[in-house]
This record gives sequence, C-alpha cells and structure tokens, in this order.
Amino acid sequence: MAVDLDDVDRAVLRALLEDGGLNAREVGRAAGLSQPAAWRRIRKLEEAGVIRGRRIALDREKLGFGVSVFLGVRLAGKARLDLEAFERAAQAIPEVQVVQHVLGIYDYRLRVVARDLSDFERILRRRIMTLPGVGAVESNVILSDEKVSGALI
Amino acid sequence: MQEVDDIDRRVLRLLQADCTEPVATLAERAGLSAGACWRRLERLERDGIILGRRVEIDHAALGYAVRVSLRVTLDKTRAGAFDGFLEAARDVPEVLSLQTLLGRVDVRMEVLARDLAHYREIYRTRILALPHIAEIEALMLVSDIKNSEALPI
Repeated sequence: MAVDLDDVDRAVLRALLEDGGLNAREVGRAAGLSQPAAWRRIRKLEEAGVIRGRRIALDREKLGFGVSVFLGVRLAGKARLDLEAFERAAQAIPEVQVVQHVLGIYDYRLRVVARDLSDFERILRRRIMTLPGVGAVESNVILSDEKVSGALI
Repeated sequence: MQEVDDIDRRVLRLLQADCTEPVATLAERAGLSAGACWRRLERLERDGIILGRRVEIDHAALGYAVRVSLRVTLDKTRAGAFDGFLEAARDVPEVLSLQTLLGRVDVRMEVLARDLAHYREIYRTRILALPHIAEIEALMLVSDIKNSEALPI
C-alpha cells in the first residue's frame, strides 16, 4: 500500500532531503511545526517506511577513492543456484557498493569504487571476473554523478 | 587538511555502519573519550571529509513500484549534445539520478514510475522527447541485493 503524503509531510521530507542531519526542532522550524509535532511526523514517516534510514555522506575523493565504475554483468548460467551464488559472493566484496538484479541485456548491475584505474583493474580481474557464474562484463567509468531526487516529493 | 589516520578511519567505519548513535556511544566503540571523539568529528567535518547526513527515501513506499536504469548513447556529431541532453533530463521529475559515463554508453539515468503503464507514458512523452538521443537501452530493476554508499576504508 502506497503512503499518501500531505503538504506537511512533504515539507518535512524536503527539509530532511536538504539536510539529513537536522533534528526535530530544526525540521519543525523549516516546516512550520512545533518540535513535538515535527518529531511525530518524522516518526510516522519512518514507521511507514518512507524514511528508510540515515547514512553518513563522505567525500570519496578526499578519502582516496578517485574512480567509480558501473558494471553490467551477464551470467553464464541462469539456474536459481547460479543467481544465489553470484549474489552472495558479489555483495561480500567491500569495493562493490551496489548489486542489483535487473532485466535487460545484463542480469546484474554493479557499482564499484576504486582508488584509481589500476586499482579498478585489479578488482575487476581478481574479484569480479572470478565471481561464480560470471559471463560477459561491461564497464562504464562514471565521469559525473548527480542526484535530482526530491522532485517527486 | 590533516592526514586521515587509522583512528579517523575507525570512526568513519562506525559512522558508515550507523550514523544515528550518540557521540558517547560512538566514542566508546572507537575506544576514545567523548571529548576526543567530538574533536575528531569536528575536524573531519571542517576538512570536508564528512559531508553531512542524508535520509534515504524508499520510493516504493510512496507508490513508485517501477525503477528503470536507462542507458543512453548520444548523437555526438551534434555540438553541445551532452549539455543539451542533461539540461532537459534534469527537468523530468521522474528522473532520480543522472550520470555521465566513459564507456560504451554516454549517460545513465534512473527513472521512477508508479507502474508499467505510467512508465510507458513517461518513456514516450518525456524520455523519447529528450534531445540528441542516438540509442537507448533499458535495465528494469528486479531487486536491490546491496545498496550502500559505504567506502572500503
């Protein structure tokens, strides 16, 4: 069942999308609510699963991760066991941030973070190409990345 | 900017696992006094290593059940193809993120829709109307196996 948002929910979500570190008092100020009312709204959105959680945002480049790459992966075999073995092994690789099962010309989409291109090549050869059942792999290096989320809220 | 040391990395790893804990708890887990932990957090924010906190929105809970990754090849014989395409794509509310790539495809964007009929409508009226598209292919999301922005620090 989809959650219906009212204007106040939207104002709360927009404030939090702008800055996920705001406390209930600050959200309340942005949305025109008292602190307890803002707290209740945030709580309700969390319980409804609209706000799934909070994460820390770190500067990748300053921490030495200069390269992010999207991989399209086709599996050689398509039995259920092949998918499970691949998924288990792929999500255990620390450099793999995203694993998505997809329909289309690939079976999986991965996002990999690496220090530089030679580090990426090492991860690709030693960790990705050795995943169980892996067939063809296509790499696309990310040059720019922008999130435009929020327009729907 | 001060060099990021092993203790900083430990604090960042703990924050990546859970950024909602109070500083006292974080300090205890990192083996620091609360004051020392505060000072590190302040420095990491001042140096722009910690960018902030982000809320994660579950669009499925808001009724957007369909998520498609569109991979677009642009007609690069046209001057300004990239800029023209990106500018127009940013105006489509259902486009959640946009990446430019170095590889077989030029741009990747994530599109949300309520259901397949809604997706078809967005695809026909908004996506195919974007300028400079030479080719377009779609990967439809079946399931998110792993989705984190955590860095292997």
